[in-house]
Amino acid sequence: MTDVPYSREFALDLVREMLRIRRFEEICAELYGTMKIRGFLHLYIGEEAVAVGVLRAAQAKDAVVATYREHGHALVRGIPAKVILAEMFGKASGCCRGRGGSMHLFDAATRFHGGNAIVGGGLPIATGLALAERMLARQGIVFCFFGEGAVAEGAFHESMNLAALWRLPVLFCCENNLYAMGTSLARSESQTDLCVKAGSYGMAAQPVDGMDVVAVHEAAKSAAEAVRAGGGPRFLELRTYRYRAHSMFDPDLYRSKEEIEAWKKRGPLHGLTGRLKAQGSMSEEDFQRLEAEVRAEFEEAVAFAEAAPLEPAADLLRDVYTPAGGA
Amino acid sequence: MSARLSYREAMREALREALLRDSRVLLMGEDVGMYGGSYAVSKGLLAEFGPERIRDTPLSELGFVGAGIGAALGGLRPIVEIMTVNFSLLALDPLVNSAAAMRHMSGGQFHVPMVVRMATGAGRQLAAQHSHSLEGWYAHVPGLKVLAPATVEDARDMLWPAVQDPDPVVIFEHAQLYNLEAQYRPGSGADITHGRVRRPGRDLTLITFGGSLPATLQAAETLAAAGIEPEVVDLRVLRPLDEAVFLESVRRTHRALIVEEEWRSGGFAAEITARIMEQAFFDLDAPVQRVCSAEVPIPYAKHLEEAALPQPAAIVAAARRLVRGEAA
Ligand SMILES: Cc1ncc(C[n+]2csc(CCOP(=O)(O)OP(=O)(O)O)c2C)c(N)n1
Repeated sequence: MTDVPYSREFALDLVREMLRIRRFEEICAELYGTMKIRGFLHLYIGEEAVAVGVLRAAQAKDAVVATYREHGHALVRGIPAKVILAEMFGKASGCCRGRGGSMHLFDAATRFHGGNAIVGGGLPIATGLALAERMLARQGIVFCFFGEGAVAEGAFHESMNLAALWRLPVLFCCENNLYAMGTSLARSESQTDLCVKAGSYGMAAQPVDGMDVVAVHEAAKSAAEAVRAGGGPRFLELRTYRYRAHSMFDPDLYRSKEEIEAWKKRGPLHGLTGRLKAQGSMSEEDFQRLEAEVRAEFEEAVAFAEAAPLEPAADLLRDVYTPAGGA
Repeated sequence: MSARLSYREAMREALREALLRDSRVLLMGEDVGMYGGSYAVSKGLLAEFGPERIRDTPLSELGFVGAGIGAALGGLRPIVEIMTVNFSLLALDPLVNSAAAMRHMSGGQFHVPMVVRMATGAGRQLAAQHSHSLEGWYAHVPGLKVLAPATVEDARDMLWPAVQDPDPVVIFEHAQLYNLEAQYRPGSGADITHGRVRRPGRDLTLITFGGSLPATLQAAETLAAAGIEPEVVDLRVLRPLDEAVFLESVRRTHRALIVEEEWRSGGFAAEITARIMEQAFFDLDAPVQRVCSAEVPIPYAKHLEEAALPQPAAIVAAARRLVRGEAA
């Protein structure tokens, strides 16, 4: 175990963010059980190091595009938990006024562009956002998250080609959790080395241990720097694992308990806390304090979502088109 | 001041205007630059505006339409050209799942000020995979605006308001119209919310749009020579649909015949028919009629293609039956 090369403050921030995602997702699962949250719900438990490590390399001026498994990204990006939860409750105070739900979290203030529930659907959009960034001579870059399942879609290949051809500032972050619903990578790809695919478009591609938030953050930081410096797009394959089923409807028949347990031993949260404790930069009391803060944040968020008003059905047709004179 | 222009030149001038007036505008698509546009619409624009703003794309309809959405979200005003509607099927996902849904799905936070232009229609012996008319499919989707300029003035003037529109606008340019020539009065087509009466009349209303307008006007003249005076309504805007323009006409003429190049089953004419039934049923003297394409993949051979498409003679015959009360 190597030392965590960060200030105590930043290291605790990484712990806090991963903990927030973990606890948030657990609460979501409970709220699904009590039918407060409906629709499709995809949990990010096990993959926390990816969103946290990558997005701590993002700046406020950057844009983020994610998938339907995006609660964690939304939280780390800074969308308040209470408006995320209110969205999942279908309330007017939700970030999308109850129009989007779990799979479609959007937030203009943090340039969070969803929440895309079409596998691969975010990649062309990220490419276009990056084109705008460049043509308008802004300094932002685009962080684009997608699962390894998306790699089989035409949208992946078309976007990789466009972004590389036009040298656009996109960081493609492939969350390789080995399964697309029940279909493992090996059962869906003739070439399972994803970096070879990305590399074939002439962009630098790097595999990263997605269970190690330090490795993720270091890789994301240097890749983001290169992208920001005008070097064109980059690709990170973040090797991770989802502990939970694909969604709340998935009986999880396609993988063994042993496999899941083996991955849990490499858990990103206790991996980091273990290292920090061993090197003496975090105590159990520190951890408990973070737990208490996170618990308080989410208790308040649940209460907010619970109490939030429903959007009046009379406003159903709102926001299909921009009202005259507005934009 | 009025000048003689072709539909193609009108569209090119419209593109130039948009590129000159707004530095955020770019034209992107397959062969829009070096080649000059597959229908020569963008010829010369690369030299004038350069490769950043007249942006040739690879053959990636899904990719570059999606990138157009992202570019619009990022602050540009992209005009995305899809070579023809046939290939737009490869881009249905970004158009329907992202562009159309974005504003509503994000609770009004993000909108997509993108224009998508595409050539549409049959008539040049290009057979089944290059002859579609699918305007009605797009007009089915809330969140999109759908325009069908059928005249030189509309080709010239509808683009700029579409570019300024905060929401995604799809423009269908019937490939048979590009060589159409007419006098153009500046500004006469600058309206993307209303349909128009192209020919006033009293005996029946012929309702049409896009590539079917010339055949319908031709049929109207034949009918007029025989003493039947049709009113011709050009819808121009398929979504949001301007119902008033054809309902008002039908209430006066008491008869409606809809002409379109789409297949009859589930085509846009069915929607027009339904609106008339819902709102002007008691003004009708005869059942609403349709002249559409035959229910067949458009064939190659000239005589077969002609037989599949709405021809002036078929419009005239249908109109005569309708006026004489033979239709039912
Ligand atoms: C275009 C498309 N096809 C199928 C689906 C159904 N679907 C939703 S998630 C999913 C698996 C995607 O796996 P992956 O991209 O690896 O992401 P993960 O769920 O593992 O995060 C599938 C098939 C979809 N949403 N979109």
